[in-house]
Amino acid sequence: MVAVSTLLLVIAGGLVTSNDAAQSVPDWPLSYGKLVPPLEGGIRFEFAHRVLAATVTILTLILALWSRSRLAWVAFAAVVAQALLGGAVVTLVAPKWMPVAHACLAQLVFGLIVAIVVRQYCARRKRVEMSLDPAGTSACATLFVQTILGAAVRHNVAGIVPHIVFAAVATLVVMWAGVQVLMHHMENPPFRRSAILLLSLTFSQVFLGMGAYMSRILTADDPQPMPIMISFTVAHVAVGSLAFGAAIAMAIIVGHGGMTVA
Amino acid sequence: MKKIWIGFGLACVLSLAGCGGGNPPETAKKAEPGAAPAGGGAAAMPDEANGATITGKVTFDGTKPKGKTIDMSANPVCTKAHATAPAMTEDVVVNDNGTLKYAFVWIKSGLPDQTWQVPTTAVTLDQNGCMYKPHVIGVMAGQQIDVKNSDPTNHNIHPQPQTNQEWNESQPPGSADKMQTFARQEVMIPVKCNIHPWMRSYIGVVSHPFFAVTGDDGTFTIKGLPPGTYTIEAWHEKYGTSDQTITVGAKDSKTQDFSFKG
Repeated sequence: MVAVSTLLLVIAGGLVTSNDAAQSVPDWPLSYGKLVPPLEGGIRFEFAHRVLAATVTILTLILALWSRSRLAWVAFAAVVAQALLGGAVVTLVAPKWMPVAHACLAQLVFGLIVAIVVRQYCARRKRVEMSLDPAGTSACATLFVQTILGAAVRHNVAGIVPHIVFAAVATLVVMWAGVQVLMHHMENPPFRRSAILLLSLTFSQVFLGMGAYMSRILTADDPQPMPIMISFTVAHVAVGSLAFGAAIAMAIIVGHGGMTVA
Repeated sequence: MKKIWIGFGLACVLSLAGCGGGNPPETAKKAEPGAAPAGGGAAAMPDEANGATITGKVTFDGTKPKGKTIDMSANPVCTKAHATAPAMTEDVVVNDNGTLKYAFVWIKSGLPDQTWQVPTTAVTLDQNGCMYKPHVIGVMAGQQIDVKNSDPTNHNIHPQPQTNQEWNESQPPGSADKMQTFARQEVMIPVKCNIHPWMRSYIGVVSHPFFAVTGDDGTFTIKGLPPGTYTIEAWHEKYGTSDQTITVGAKDSKTQDFSFKG
């Protein structure tokens, strides 16, 4: 539930940016001085994002209290930091790196929640010490760099070229990592599934990226963000998060090499 | 472990308190009406009796582009304001005589190094029918801009300058006008409303009084120029800039036309 809520929060954040609504509520933590602002235009997206953020904060706190794991407390701390960073983006307005940092920290929060979920999944089968598969870890790191470049494009801090060039690098690294797992552990269903999931999401992401870019060019002269551009871009953000989560899942599952199959 | 988390909680609360504080942006502060120009010296006024006058028109060369209809369905109040005819984009407005509306013409260089008197009258930027009226305005650095909300709905005013301080403020329906200034010359500053993403306006901020915005006849007049050789520039939102060099003597009256290709 926490993982799904966090993914929904990432999608809500994508909707805010794609609808150009990031500064539609100029105050924080209240909205227009109230708990519930007038829900019109871009305010709807920004306020929904804030409500989901509050929900994820509460759910992550419950998860940390319930699981008592160090990783869950780290996730809670990251969610709180993310909320504060979001507030700073609104109240300080100017620094362009802040929305980029906000977008990147969102991915890290989602990654941490995925890591908690996958570790619990692994622990149910065989309790082993935390370790990470090097190939999967490389895929995680590469996809996170690609997240930073993508966020920089979305917030007009950098051009599209580095993001496109690194997309090729990220795809190759993910392919290498996924194929490594498939070649050596084809007979192990959790290993195989995690690798196939990562590869499928990454290939989908490449096409969604092309769609997002093309739709942005096609609608550049329109007076406002158009549904086709919003759909492609938000899907690109969401699948990007899922691919990053899948890479983390694969790194942990394969890292728990001695895990028995249920 | 408990102590660590109590410390973390305290840090979060302190950070939260810090976000709401701070001083108002340096350049967004309210200017005193009729304030003396910076530097304290006597400020010059345009000498309309003995100075030169440049007149001209900004013409459009090409097939007249069709304006795009704006979809205001995100806010019923905005839709209602345009019940008789749909709102159209104002990025390119070609007048009936083939000239361009909303071109900003200004003396880019060549003026003597002196301080010019800032007009005490404010320039109005109204939010009316969920559109900025007018679409393009020009002000002197330090001159007040009177931001109005004539609509029965919320707006946020969000200028995005490069050299001046960025700011973002909400303006609920029926609220008092906001008086704002920009401290430094900047041509042009885009202004947007994040609640209604189709709302866009541009402000030309110049350190002297020799500028004009073309209207329904596409003409401009710049009066009271001291004798000299100047670079005069026409800026258009869609078609960019065009520079010309012109030399004027005392009491000269010269014509300088511009043409943009569509």
